[in-house]
Amino acid sequence: MTTLRPPHPEPIRDPFAAPGKLTPPGAEAIVRLTDIEKYFGSNHVLRGITLEVFPRETICLIGRSGSGKSTLLKCTNFREEPTAGTVEVANMRVAAAPLATRTRKHREEIRQIRRQAQMVFQEFNLFPHMTVLENVIEGPVRVKNVPRDQAIATAEKFIDKVGLSDKRDEHPARLSGGQKQRVAIARALTMEPKVLLFDEPTSALDPTLVGEVLHVMADLAHEGATMIVVTHEMAFAREAADRVYFIEEGVFIEGGPPEKVLDAPSDERTQTFLARLLHKV
Amino acid sequence: MDPIVDQIARRRARGRLRFRATVFGTWVVLIGLLVGGLWVAGKIDVGFLSQWQAFILGGVPLTLVISASSIFFAIILAVLGALGRLSSNAVVYGIASFYVSIVRGTPLIVQILFIYLALPQIWPGFAGIPAIVLGIFALSFNYGAYMTEIFRAGIQAIPRGQIDAAHALGMTDRLTMRRVILPQAIRIVTPAIGNEFIAMIKDSALISIISVQELLWRAQTVGSTKFRTLETLLLAALVYWALTLAFSVLQDRLEKRMAESDRRI
Repeated sequence: MTTLRPPHPEPIRDPFAAPGKLTPPGAEAIVRLTDIEKYFGSNHVLRGITLEVFPRETICLIGRSGSGKSTLLKCTNFREEPTAGTVEVANMRVAAAPLATRTRKHREEIRQIRRQAQMVFQEFNLFPHMTVLENVIEGPVRVKNVPRDQAIATAEKFIDKVGLSDKRDEHPARLSGGQKQRVAIARALTMEPKVLLFDEPTSALDPTLVGEVLHVMADLAHEGATMIVVTHEMAFAREAADRVYFIEEGVFIEGGPPEKVLDAPSDERTQTFLARLLHKV
Repeated sequence: MDPIVDQIARRRARGRLRFRATVFGTWVVLIGLLVGGLWVAGKIDVGFLSQWQAFILGGVPLTLVISASSIFFAIILAVLGALGRLSSNAVVYGIASFYVSIVRGTPLIVQILFIYLALPQIWPGFAGIPAIVLGIFALSFNYGAYMTEIFRAGIQAIPRGQIDAAHALGMTDRLTMRRVILPQAIRIVTPAIGNEFIAMIKDSALISIISVQELLWRAQTVGSTKFRTLETLLLAALVYWALTLAFSVLQDRLEKRMAESDRRI
């Protein structure tokens, strides 16, 4: 077991980062993960990950299961507390402090980050006792204290955007997996976050329903939403991503534009992974 | 469709109907043997019963009021107890687990007697509190502890993803509990609360020992003063039985309705 490094005096940079096609000139990175380490017990899952995401970029994280890609996403919104490193989202910077006493201020900062980095889950996690509309306005009304009618107006806009206006008053159990995931996307969008985190959003779906969800996500990417997507959908990554990162054993092996990482990977491990993925398909 | 499909279905339905009819018939015969047998043997004084039945049955509303209000307070205690049992605060957890432990580790009858007889020795003011209030307190206190475990299990049955989703929206733990976990947990525990209510109807008979004039107290008092406990206790038993049967049917209906609305959800 290596000892954890002390925080760097100089901010370390993501060597693969470069502002995306839609990034306004001169814009600062909106998400900065710096030297993230994560242990589960003695299992060293993330080994010093640094990632910078610029506004209006779409980043895809690929890698085999157990490589740490989902854990990295969960560290970004503090579903998992990193063992070391710092997370910065929209100028809110929180350093990992696994041994520190939890203060109210610390919890408030984490909630701030979560509001700005909305997560879309593999298993949708809609609230089953609420209708589609109630699911979508719950966050704005209860967390952001948006007036109810204003929240409903925003919610309807995004429910319409994911093409589910006719399901507005249904309960989730009456929806297909693809519809549920689109509601979950609308729920995240209605919080008006700075960045969207997608944790294998199509992995729990029937293959015939994957397309409708990827379609919504690709639209968002092209409209300039900032997104970090953990996925196995290479076609989506190729079409929508500004950068693709290949992660293995908790480190980035390589990163860059999809045409480089997916079509001409320089590292042997990336080549093996992509070859296996293609054979399987 | 092949007519055989219909024939099979009809035959199955007939079989099910015959089974239920036979079960019903068996019950009627058994009850007839029990009550009718005693009657025929001249062991039941019908005249005595008809003279006193109004007084005895007059205890039924009190039994129901006691049961309903005790369940109500028990639910409040149980929600608090469950939150305590799930708390990360050691003192809060300690209080909740202590409560559950003393209640579950001692007989209900001892708790009732302790509250009614022993507490006034500590503070004489307790003697001024009506027995029915103390009885409801004892039953609530006892059932609250058992139902604490029901609520705890109900809360823990909510999938982790629900908490993740609530936290991801930026909700505090308190808001997550109130808006996401408890509403779903309450649906889960409703059938169990129904069972507890039915058990409560029967256990409410125990507070006859502190002279609350509910169903059993009336049956017992009339019976023993007139040396006719066979009639009065038999009547009381039949009434308890009828009450629990009626509430089981109600509970069944409620559960079916909930299952349907779950399907609609």
